[in-house]
Amino acid sequence: MYPRQFDYVAPGSLDEAFGALGDTSKVMAGGMSLIPLMKMRLFSPGTVVDIGRIGGLDTIDDHGDHISIGALVRHAETASSGAVPTALATAASLTGDVQVRNRGTTCGALAHADVAADQPAGALACGAVMVAQSASGTREIPASEFFVDALTSALHHDEILTSVKIPKAGDGEGSAYDKLGRRGGRSDYAVAGAAAWVKKSNGSIEAARVALTGVGTKPQLADGVAEALVGTDGSDGAVEAAADRALEGVTVLEDLYGSEEYKSHLAKVYVTRAVKQALANI
Amino acid sequence: MQVSMTVNGRDVSADVEPRTLLVHFIREELRLTGTHVGCETGYCGACTVHVDGKPIKSCTMLAVQADGATVTTIEGMASNGELHPVQEGFWERHGLQCGFCTPGMIMSAAALLEENENPSEDEIRHGIEGNLCRCTGYHNIVRAVEYAGAKMRGEEPPAPDWEGGD
Ligand SMILES: Cc1cc2nc3c(=O)[nH]c(=O)nc-3n(C[C@H](O)[C@H](O)[C@H](O)COP(=O)(O)OP(=O)(O)OC[C@H]3O[C@@H](n4cnc5c(N)ncnc54)[C@H](O)[C@@H]3O)c2cc1C
Ligand code: FES
Ligand code: FES
Repeated sequence: MYPRQFDYVAPGSLDEAFGALGDTSKVMAGGMSLIPLMKMRLFSPGTVVDIGRIGGLDTIDDHGDHISIGALVRHAETASSGAVPTALATAASLTGDVQVRNRGTTCGALAHADVAADQPAGALACGAVMVAQSASGTREIPASEFFVDALTSALHHDEILTSVKIPKAGDGEGSAYDKLGRRGGRSDYAVAGAAAWVKKSNGSIEAARVALTGVGTKPQLADGVAEALVGTDGSDGAVEAAADRALEGVTVLEDLYGSEEYKSHLAKVYVTRAVKQALANI
Repeated sequence: MQVSMTVNGRDVSADVEPRTLLVHFIREELRLTGTHVGCETGYCGACTVHVDGKPIKSCTMLAVQADGATVTTIEGMASNGELHPVQEGFWERHGLQCGFCTPGMIMSAAALLEENENPSEDEIRHGIEGNLCRCTGYHNIVRAVEYAGAKMRGEEPPAPDWEGGD
């Protein structure tokens, strides 16, 4: 299986890359989603702009109150670095398999915006901010505005997601991610999954963010759950009651891996698990 | 486009189309046919090789992406006619039936043992999660990796199942 013919450029700098981006071009990072799509000829860019040789994009940097994960940081590193908040690190560790995690990038998984991907949910729950750069400057896009629709992010055609910023976990904060994978257990894309971040003070939940993957038209926040959690003591009963609001504002879509009813059920199960685990991770 | 890389210690270069997949470069250009093509979609792992020391799926990487890289394929595992301990493990513990998945399994297992010299059964199963086998049911593959791990640590491998090992 070969992709259609394309022109290939491997710029050595971001400026060169911006110069190579055009109407029929596509950025390639790890290629773990792009190459299969091109091989199946579901997608045939005129030019592939391989950002893999641009220096300075492959590190996770500490900026005091937040970290930034560069565009070439692979899933394996996001998973194991120890610097990444648990929800996103766990989502990275459950992305694909060993070989996929050695090539695929966290930023690529976010830019790809797959409805059933793991890291978008982790990024949403962690309050990530996407840093998009183009020849005309830099934009910061909060995760909550980044995932627009199935396989559609807020990135413009001429932009590169150069890094993602994640607030560091502070006192009283915890996060977690869990999913049911398509191959059973936690393997492969999510049939349904959830990420959660909670902040507790004086015995009660002060703030929360909960995100769903696999169930709707895009990775998205379940704001109803967060709202229901705030002010409670985070007891099992409170978490289970809050999880009942998991599907507010979500259009549940059936797919090959589950009916609408099944996915709706799973959404609540995984929201419950993720929130309980996030509380346990404080 | 011109690509150059080191494959099993040998410097190679060739003129390829950008769309040439690394696995086709390895099999058709270099004629190293030990690396197999199973699913072509990135799922089966039969095409696993090491690029700069890490296992990757060569059906889901362009040859041009590997320009300048160091690549090891199954043909590079034995040295001076001696099997790599993982190869020996597959031989000694019947870790294969048809053998189609074996080159990829060996590359993944060898990489796992590089990172973790004494993996538990669970860690072995996770380490080869990107490799599918349609024949064995994985049991003897796990035993083969345990054998190799013991060998690499300089220990006596556990007795085979058929001689009362567990
Ligand atoms: C066998 C297999 C199993 C998988 N299992 C899972 C799974 O369980 N869970 C999961 O979430 N994912 C899974 N994936 C997908 C994997 O996570 C991909 O690595 C990831 O989705 C894309 O990252 P990448 O760096 O490979 O991006 P690429 O494939 O290079 O690019 C993907 C898309 O994002 C764009 N893009 C990439 N980087 C940037 C950037 N920096 N700026 C702008 N645009 C960019 C590209 O233009 C393209 O449209 C699997 C893939 C395979 C092959
Ligand atoms: S042939 Fe590459 S993963 Fe199956
Ligand atoms: S031995 Fe036949 S596929 Fe594994």
